Amino acid sequence: MIQLLAFYLFAVLVILSGLLTITARNPVHSVLWLILAFFNAAGLMLIAGAEFIAMLLVIVYVGAVAVLFLFVVMMLNIDFAEMRAGFARYALFGLAIAVALVAEMIIAVGAWKAGGIELAQRIAPTPADMPNIQAFGGLLYTRYLYLFEAAGLILLVALIGAIVLTHRARGGVRPQNISEQVKRRPQDATRNVNQPVGQGVEL
Amino acid sequence: MIGIQHYLVVSAILFVMGVLGIFANRKNVIIILMAIELILLAVNLNFVAFSAYLGDLVGQVFAMFVLTVAAAEAAIGLAILVIYFRGRGTIAVDDVNRMKG
Repeated sequence: MIQLLAFYLFAVLVILSGLLTITARNPVHSVLWLILAFFNAAGLMLIAGAEFIAMLLVIVYVGAVAVLFLFVVMMLNIDFAEMRAGFARYALFGLAIAVALVAEMIIAVGAWKAGGIELAQRIAPTPADMPNIQAFGGLLYTRYLYLFEAAGLILLVALIGAIVLTHRARGGVRPQNISEQVKRRPQDATRNVNQPVGQGVEL
Repeated sequence: MIGIQHYLVVSAILFVMGVLGIFANRKNVIIILMAIELILLAVNLNFVAFSAYLGDLVGQVFAMFVLTVAAAEAAIGLAILVIYFRGRGTIAVDDVNRMKG
């Protein structure tokens, strides 16, 4: 009973906040609604028993992606009122496509209920005697090790790509040249002179 | 009791909402990127629901990979957005064709 209640709470909230994400006037509000949607989706995944993915969703999406969105929205000075122009016209067109998509999904679910696909073979059955995260880690670090490393590589490429794209070499500044500093020796910088008495120092 | 259908309906609604968001906010790239995140969230929800339904852990593993790609996509998309804004002073994308060549 409590499970059913929690499911409906999370489901209604995730759909509501998704709707508000795409219709909010202010993009900052959009990002905040998106964060709420992620939290509620994490709740739905918890109910389904995927504890690790739910926590990952909170950490990665809410902690990193949504904050990145918020940072960009607040950093760029954009006239958002002008952005809204044509919303109604585009929304009508989008609504037509959305209705077509819903019809397709209903047909697909109907075909599935009619018994199209039988998935008898399990690749990695959920073990009953260990917690979700232990089973998940065991699978991830053995059978899907190479895919896991490929995922790390994707993140590395995204990291370097984002830096390369947004990096800007500024002229007119004198940055610290560390190799020059390290190469410098006392004999390059100082000299001994035998200075006669009564004469000025030549620099 | 909650079945797979409940999850499928929720994730289908979320997916369609993401598609609608892309079409309704055609000018605003930030909202488009958020709509893509919603779509990927719906896909993840489907993966997890089927993982629970079939008793197969692989769905959750692939949900994690989808999450990874979504994070990378958001980072690169926002980086492109920042340099686009730096060059144009606006993020309206109805005239992105300036980017060609």
